[in-house]
Amino acid sequence: MSKLGLIIKREYMTRVTKKSFIIGTLLAPIGLAVYLLVIIGLSKYESGSELRVAVLDEAGMVRQLPDDKGVRYLASGGKTLDQLKEEVVEKQIDGVLRIPPLGNFQKKEHTVFYYSDDKLAPEKSMAIERKIAAKIRDFKVDSLQLNPKTLEMLDTEISIDPEKINGTGEDESKYTAGVGLAIGGIMTFLMFMMVLVYGQMVMRSVMEEKTSRIVEVMMSSVKPFELMLGKILGTGAVGLTQMVVWVILSGAVSFFIPLVMGVDAANMPTPANAPQIDPEQMQGEGLRIMAELSKQNWPLIIFSFIIFFLGGYFIYSSMFAAIGSAMGDDLGEGQSLVLPVTIPLILSFYIVSMAGWRNPDSSLMVFASMFPLFSPIAMPFRMAFNPPWWQVTLSLILVVLAAFFFVWLAGRIYRVGILLYGKKVTFREIGKWLFYKG
Amino acid sequence: MILSIQNVVKTYGNYTAVDHVSFDVPRGSVFGLLGPNGAGKTSLIRMITTITGPDEGAILLEGEKLNERTPEKIGYMPEERGLYKKMKVGDHLMYLAQLKGLSEAQARQAIGHWLEKFDIKDWWPKKVEDLSKGMQQKIQFIATIVHQPRLLILDEPFTGLDPINTTLIKEEIGNLNEAGISIIFSTHRMEQVEEMCDHIVLINKGRNVLFGEVQDIKNQYKQNLFRVETEGDLPAEIAEHFPVKEQEKGAVTVQVEEENKSNDLLKYLIQKGVRITRFEEILPTFNEIFIRRVAETGEA
Repeated sequence: MSKLGLIIKREYMTRVTKKSFIIGTLLAPIGLAVYLLVIIGLSKYESGSELRVAVLDEAGMVRQLPDDKGVRYLASGGKTLDQLKEEVVEKQIDGVLRIPPLGNFQKKEHTVFYYSDDKLAPEKSMAIERKIAAKIRDFKVDSLQLNPKTLEMLDTEISIDPEKINGTGEDESKYTAGVGLAIGGIMTFLMFMMVLVYGQMVMRSVMEEKTSRIVEVMMSSVKPFELMLGKILGTGAVGLTQMVVWVILSGAVSFFIPLVMGVDAANMPTPANAPQIDPEQMQGEGLRIMAELSKQNWPLIIFSFIIFFLGGYFIYSSMFAAIGSAMGDDLGEGQSLVLPVTIPLILSFYIVSMAGWRNPDSSLMVFASMFPLFSPIAMPFRMAFNPPWWQVTLSLILVVLAAFFFVWLAGRIYRVGILLYGKKVTFREIGKWLFYKG
Repeated sequence: MILSIQNVVKTYGNYTAVDHVSFDVPRGSVFGLLGPNGAGKTSLIRMITTITGPDEGAILLEGEKLNERTPEKIGYMPEERGLYKKMKVGDHLMYLAQLKGLSEAQARQAIGHWLEKFDIKDWWPKKVEDLSKGMQQKIQFIATIVHQPRLLILDEPFTGLDPINTTLIKEEIGNLNEAGISIIFSTHRMEQVEEMCDHIVLINKGRNVLFGEVQDIKNQYKQNLFRVETEGDLPAEIAEHFPVKEQEKGAVTVQVEEENKSNDLLKYLIQKGVRITRFEEILPTFNEIFIRRVAETGEA
């Protein structure tokens, strides 16, 4: 095996056989699954105990309100407001809801009063408002002697379906943008995390080699550049391994979660007045999203994701390696050296999360997806929105060229820094190293 | 000649670390590379081990310019040395041996041989971090010589070693030297130079300030000092006849003008009826030569 091969093998094997790596790789998708389950569970969770509210319906508009969302509506039973307030003070009930007469039907707003010394939770407040609004609507329909069926016909839901005039692009539906955002967002986040985590892993590993003084021993067998490149390649291979495992596992998880949750949902008692969604329509929506997902050019997206990952990873990890070599033992002291490397990375993530979702084709996003320090984060986000092919190609070429350049640059710094001890290093000094002869 | 340094220059920015240095290391010698801190020893070693390259001049190993195969012929134990703490002893040695160009089978066999020799065969599956510092040094030494180098470069090899391991490693160095391996030995510990080296070079401020065989250098730097030990008192007027450097009860150190004048001293003492128990020439220690030469060529 070549020296580079031996180095890559060692860097790879020591990492993938670490307990923390195995646990992290296996647990992350399971953690994600647990997280999703908790989120879904929480959305069904009703906060606080049941609220007992007496309804003082002064105009007889709402009559009996059905209980829901942890609110129980009690009839006033002919008691006056003062009597009811007394009951609140005596803790027989939690509050009194006074609904004054509506008066003019043209009025768009109406205020009802809630008497209690306890704060009304926003969730319950909203549930009560919704309920009363619905009841008053029914009351108005009744009083005006309108036909509810006719009224329903007035409601029309509108969705925009973008259609291309020129070009042969796939027909887009109203789900295209949403699905694109989701795919782009996930890829951007994954890319950002992977580049940051694995880049810093390279940096720490370089620092460890320097502080443990193994590097001097290594240098008498291999060239500094070989050691650095082997480390970057070996660690990058670990990152790819982790991603592949995650893709497979999350595929499995996303297959099983709906099964689990589906059973769960069927057993849930459906609130009587919850907005009724046509099960057929829901299925239709799911199918349409699935259709939208399958419309994406997955081979291209995955291919470019991997290239951009490798490009971004090479650019940033080589810079991290250079910084690690210059840094020595003290991570705190080296923080000022790390910052210039992390800033463009964070900036690119910031640009995508602020500007990307508004318009993936804005000039800022186009610039970000071309500039090699940003493009590994920005371009994968745009990939789900069918960017012009020449932009993708140019961006790929630029990122690959930049990766070579930065690895070369890092090598120049690394070969000097790695053998230098006990000296506080400045950027000025690092600049000088670039011009040292071999 | 195993190694020939020819007019080598190495600069870092404006700083000249090695300034036109030339010397030869005879094959089979134990060669001392001496010099105060910052003299340029490490820069020189890094060029010999191909970690860096000279700006000017040439370095020849066995008559050949240094090249990609050079590291396989050299075993280098740096002063700043360490191992991967999390690796197993066996895996670690395998890794370093293979990087030195051994095949997997060769490496396994050579490592087995050395572990057996040091009676530490059962260390193979142990993690480096679980070993004591002395034990790690043994592993480090094995890693340095496992690929049977032609030239061994040891930079302060005994720092951090206890006396038992020092003796053990010294013996091994002796054995390797007898087996024909040339050794470059970089140190400031002058008593070790006298004990182990046959040739030296002294580097100060990046320049070669002293080079040659240990015995020759000692002769060159001797100051014709002779020490006489006697039974009973010395003649009171001895200082009138000879320049006395130091005198105590029953012993005197005299500096004669020429080497062959030492017999005059003996004659004089015998005439005076002094009973001599000991008579010897005092050769300068390397420590003194080192300090003198460094002072002459400028403080480091």
